[in-house]
Amino acid sequence: MTENILEVRDLVKHYPIHRGVVFKKTIGHVKAVDGVSFELRQGETLGVVGESGCGKSTLARVLMNLEKPTGGSVHYKGQDISKLSGGGLRRLRRQIQLVMQDPYTSLNPRMTVGDLIGEPFEIHPEVAPKGSRRGKVKELLDLVGLNPEHINRYPHQFSGGQRQRIGIARALALRPEIIVCDEPVSALDVSIQAQVMNLLEKLQAEFGLAYVFIAHDLSVVRHLSDRVAVMYLGKIVEIGTEDEIYERPTHPYTQALLSAVPVPDPTVREHKAIIRLTGDVPSPANPPSGCRFRTRCWKAQEVCAREVPLLQIRSGSDHPSACHFAEKREIVATHEAA
Amino acid sequence: MSDILVSEQSAAGASGRPAGRLLEVDDLRVEFRTRDGVAKVINGVTYHVDAGETLAVLGESGSGKSVTAQTIMGILDTPPGFVTGGQARFHGKDMLTMSFEERRRIRGEGIAMIFQDALSALNPVFTVGFQIAEQFRIRRGMSRSDAKKRAIEMLDQVKIPNAKGRFSNYPHQFSGGMRQRAMIAMSLALDPEVLIADEPTTALDVTVQAQIMDLLAELQRERQMGMILITHDLGVVADVADRIAVMYAGRIVEEADVYDLYAKPAHPYTLGLLNSIPRLDEKGQELRTIKGLPPNLMNIPPGCPFNPRCPMAQPVCREKLPPLLQIGAGRASACHFAEELVNRD
Repeated sequence: MTENILEVRDLVKHYPIHRGVVFKKTIGHVKAVDGVSFELRQGETLGVVGESGCGKSTLARVLMNLEKPTGGSVHYKGQDISKLSGGGLRRLRRQIQLVMQDPYTSLNPRMTVGDLIGEPFEIHPEVAPKGSRRGKVKELLDLVGLNPEHINRYPHQFSGGQRQRIGIARALALRPEIIVCDEPVSALDVSIQAQVMNLLEKLQAEFGLAYVFIAHDLSVVRHLSDRVAVMYLGKIVEIGTEDEIYERPTHPYTQALLSAVPVPDPTVREHKAIIRLTGDVPSPANPPSGCRFRTRCWKAQEVCAREVPLLQIRSGSDHPSACHFAEKREIVATHEAA
Repeated sequence: MSDILVSEQSAAGASGRPAGRLLEVDDLRVEFRTRDGVAKVINGVTYHVDAGETLAVLGESGSGKSVTAQTIMGILDTPPGFVTGGQARFHGKDMLTMSFEERRRIRGEGIAMIFQDALSALNPVFTVGFQIAEQFRIRRGMSRSDAKKRAIEMLDQVKIPNAKGRFSNYPHQFSGGMRQRAMIAMSLALDPEVLIADEPTTALDVTVQAQIMDLLAELQRERQMGMILITHDLGVVADVADRIAVMYAGRIVEEADVYDLYAKPAHPYTLGLLNSIPRLDEKGQELRTIKGLPPNLMNIPPGCPFNPRCPMAQPVCREKLPPLLQIGAGRASACHFAEELVNRD
């Protein structure tokens, strides 16, 4: 496709763990994001999937420059965003916006919808001069499928799906190039979820937006994404096009994750081979040596404990995978209509 | 559907019920009386569970699936919730008119329930082991040491590694999946005949979800339990359910065998739900959605409550509430046009 607008290199975010009240001592680090690299191209959707605690939301926060990375860099059009401050940072924020998961807590209950969506214009008055703001807000409401007449209502007068639309309108206000969506539909009911997904697709086509789409629901990510990155304990274990990840996964974790997704079709339940993973995800404060997945992996050998597998293209595969023994395996992931 | 149940009842009395029929909910009605008005949350729900079968109750938030379960268990918050009609019979005996003591005896031994959020369902100030053992001491009169032994066995059965060591852990020391296992152990301790699982895996990750659903299926097979699985996840339902009851605005709108329901839904709402799942062969296309929003339960539209969102709605749908009628073997639908829906190509 076209040029990269976001380049992430070896991004690391560690949170210190403190002990003691008066004499604070750092006794370790939660390695939330630990060496993540990818690029985002103009107008594409990069899906990021993984289970809770794998660092997807921390990644979103670092991409937004809400947190300073411990190491590595995020470049927006060649500019290192973590080095920006003041006016430079403000200009950058116009280009990267965030849609959050919980439409109930991410909107200030004391502000009207008009104020919520118009607030970005206060910070960036160059986008819309004062007189035109209400008109712009109404346009945005119309764009996301809400009634422009409701501009004076408060968030509690809207349903979950409508609130998420408000969040999307707010993110769109400054006409950004990139929207980071952190679990934008996971709090919504199935029928509403589909409406919001359609809206996101429509807006992308209309404005040429690039999305970083973070979610744990694999079928949602598949529907929207051009490329997909699978995360486990702070690292990307596999990255590729939607087709490569879903049809030809080579990392055992991706395979297990895909096989565990319940298929909404009772006729496949007998001949579905679920890969059973034992145990839980280890603590990111103390991840296993070598490959982080080895404690739950059925292929683990001695080399996995010794060497960290690099995210690279291996023989017999067409996309990068971070497994010493990467190989293809057939998985029934999402079903096709009869 | 309900007509048939009633006639079976009156003809032969309680003994004439089909063998293995454990729990019957019959025309249950519940409303919530709040300051803002009366919300009609359950408007005539009828379903039943037999031994060894899994009934999935499928619905979106606000459809009344959890309130039905709470009413069966007798843990409905009153006020604001009030039962205004109907019955919930366990072995033919209406639980809603029982004394507190009678009802208490059914809980745990007759019907047990597991909840979505294990952290708030477990008591944080007692150890997990104590909370399981407590039941054996109170209900079975076991000694402290016997109860502990049984509790450890239970933890072991739900596959908690190092059950003995874990006995004296507090809930916060467990991971999300383990907490859910602990709660399953607790609910199965007294060997219930019916287990109500209210969104048991919604808060869990997919790999852990698969483990928990497997565990539930295995335990159910061993014990020939009847299970009511309350969920909004069409994937989970397809994996484990025998029968499905779809709820909308406090009513069952469709009931069918799992294969029939996915192959040929007999209610436009079910069809809409199935259509809104992203499918592999429709990538890049717009998802087919159900337009609009679920109704406000304080102001349910006249006629069929689904009519404002229904693509098939006709004038009759705005006037007449369609009853849940049998449309085939083991199938029922509350749509005026159910026949047309099932019979189309």
